[in-house]
Amino acid sequence: MPEFTKPDLEYFELLPLFIVFGAACVGVLVEAFLPRESRRLPQVLVTLLGLVGALVATVWVAADIVVHDDGAARGVVGAEGSVVVDGPSLYLWGLILVFGILGTGLFAERRLEGGLSAFAGQAAALPGTEAERQASAKGLDHTEVYPLLLFAIGGMLLFPASGDLLTMFVALEVLSLPLYLLCGLARRRRLLSQEAALKYFLLGAFSSGFFLYGAALVYGYAGTVSLAGIDQAVRAGTADHGLLLAGIALLAVGLLFKVGAAPFQAWTPDVYQGAPTAVTAFMSAATKAAAFGAVLRLFYVAFDAERWSWQPMLAVVAVITMLLGGALAIVQTDVKRMLAYSAVAHTGFLLTGVIGAQGAGDLAEGQYSSLEGVLFYLTTYGFASVGAFALVTLVRDAGGEATGFGAWTGLGKRSPVVAGVFAFFLLSMAGIPLTAGFVGKWAVFTSAMSAGFWPVVLVAIASSIIAVYFYIRHIQLMFFTAPEPDGTAAVSEASLLTVGTVAVCLAATVVLGVVPGPVLTLVERAGDFIR
Amino acid sequence: MPYVILSAILFTIGAIGVLTRRNAIVVFMCVELMLNACNLAFVAFAHQHGNLDGQIAAFFVMVVAAAEVVIGLAIIMTIFRTRRSASVDDASLLKF
Repeated sequence: MPEFTKPDLEYFELLPLFIVFGAACVGVLVEAFLPRESRRLPQVLVTLLGLVGALVATVWVAADIVVHDDGAARGVVGAEGSVVVDGPSLYLWGLILVFGILGTGLFAERRLEGGLSAFAGQAAALPGTEAERQASAKGLDHTEVYPLLLFAIGGMLLFPASGDLLTMFVALEVLSLPLYLLCGLARRRRLLSQEAALKYFLLGAFSSGFFLYGAALVYGYAGTVSLAGIDQAVRAGTADHGLLLAGIALLAVGLLFKVGAAPFQAWTPDVYQGAPTAVTAFMSAATKAAAFGAVLRLFYVAFDAERWSWQPMLAVVAVITMLLGGALAIVQTDVKRMLAYSAVAHTGFLLTGVIGAQGAGDLAEGQYSSLEGVLFYLTTYGFASVGAFALVTLVRDAGGEATGFGAWTGLGKRSPVVAGVFAFFLLSMAGIPLTAGFVGKWAVFTSAMSAGFWPVVLVAIASSIIAVYFYIRHIQLMFFTAPEPDGTAAVSEASLLTVGTVAVCLAATVVLGVVPGPVLTLVERAGDFIR
Repeated sequence: MPYVILSAILFTIGAIGVLTRRNAIVVFMCVELMLNACNLAFVAFAHQHGNLDGQIAAFFVMVVAAAEVVIGLAIIMTIFRTRRSASVDDASLLKF
């Protein structure tokens, strides 16, 4: 009988995770013990305190981080090897927590619906029935959304930091399951919202099945689920190679679904459109950051020696994703759907970064590696995306948010500030020079170029031009088109929560575009993954 | 090794079921079949390698699958109550 040894936990380095999950549990207790009417304020406070506390802890851990073994990477391997707290993890943690705080602001907004939140009063009540009217009249809303948000953020923190495939799978589910529910809780347009939740759930569960079978095959190949152990097995290359290739392909299906890459992008527009816009704003930025962190860690740490097997596959996926996202965004007539297809195109640009050059030998002096490029791109895209979706919540007519293009015509004349800021976010996503998006695109394209993937970069530049077309067309629609007769949508007064969120996103996008230096230095200091 | 092949067959049956069946509950059952096929593969490989990682993974997967059932049935329930149908073809308001 082997002796039982107590597992060793790095309490200090894992503090951000503990704080977020702890706050989520406190949120569940608040749900259980406070009366329904007085839950909202405590929930918002617990969520904000948890997220800000976790952000402070992340900065604190990052300040104390030590050089790991050989010096290329910094950080520690925690929780018996299942959580890796290194530079890229900490950077993504900070990013996801900031998006979480911004998302909480949007979740807590009540002024737009006249004292009600954007979430259903009682999700179990059927739309259009007496029960639902009563729930609205009493001013009820689902405060469960805050603990759900915290659990989702906890999963997102764990996902890019996981040190083995099992932790990665559990984190994937912990981040996805709350998001499925959040998508189905819209107050307005309940049918669309429920349909979005159903589609997201069924396709998400399907894809995590693929991820898991891939994990099982790779375990069969390597005899271990730890990423470092898999790396050793791949380098030794003694076991059945077919098993490894099948495993890589299936794992890639699961992860590419989460980032919304073609041909697994089908859920993206439906879910982005159907979900409450506050959820879409949070999800579009934070899920992408977490999932790309996991993609990078899996492919760079575990399958680094198999580069020649997965790089061409990801290159093809990147090309299809960019072209499909760009082409389908052109034909959209709904703002949320257009932004969703543009998110698909951005996934393609990010994948262009993932296949880029990583090793120190392949890079010119002062050039950014693909890891740094992707991290920076995630930052710029995330802020622009949260800001743009936050502005979508403001443009309303009698039926709630007005997302059709008809309602947006001539918005520039009615409310120049909102239209102007929205146009700025679109320009940043399009990657016009002097905006944040340009710096991000430059970083990922140059790193793909040095890896020799010039055809992919050519396609990326071409689809950037397609993207510029549909972004500019929307700007033209807002400023230079006469309002349509049904263009009755106006900008509603929002509380400080939404305005503050938009202001932070705007400030971040401006700063990242004009003086990207400090953040680029931060990305550079994050260094490499611990292998 | 025969168990790995069996798990691959089960996984394929599950995946085909997800793609062809129209009732959300049945689709969901097929997803569960895929997860259980993964469990079988994990346990079979654990036996082959002679370590316990795969068996532990199977336990985790069972817990996750149980959590997924809770969420999934809740979502399917609400959509059935509003539409009086659990067919995935009826849920088609969002397209293109």
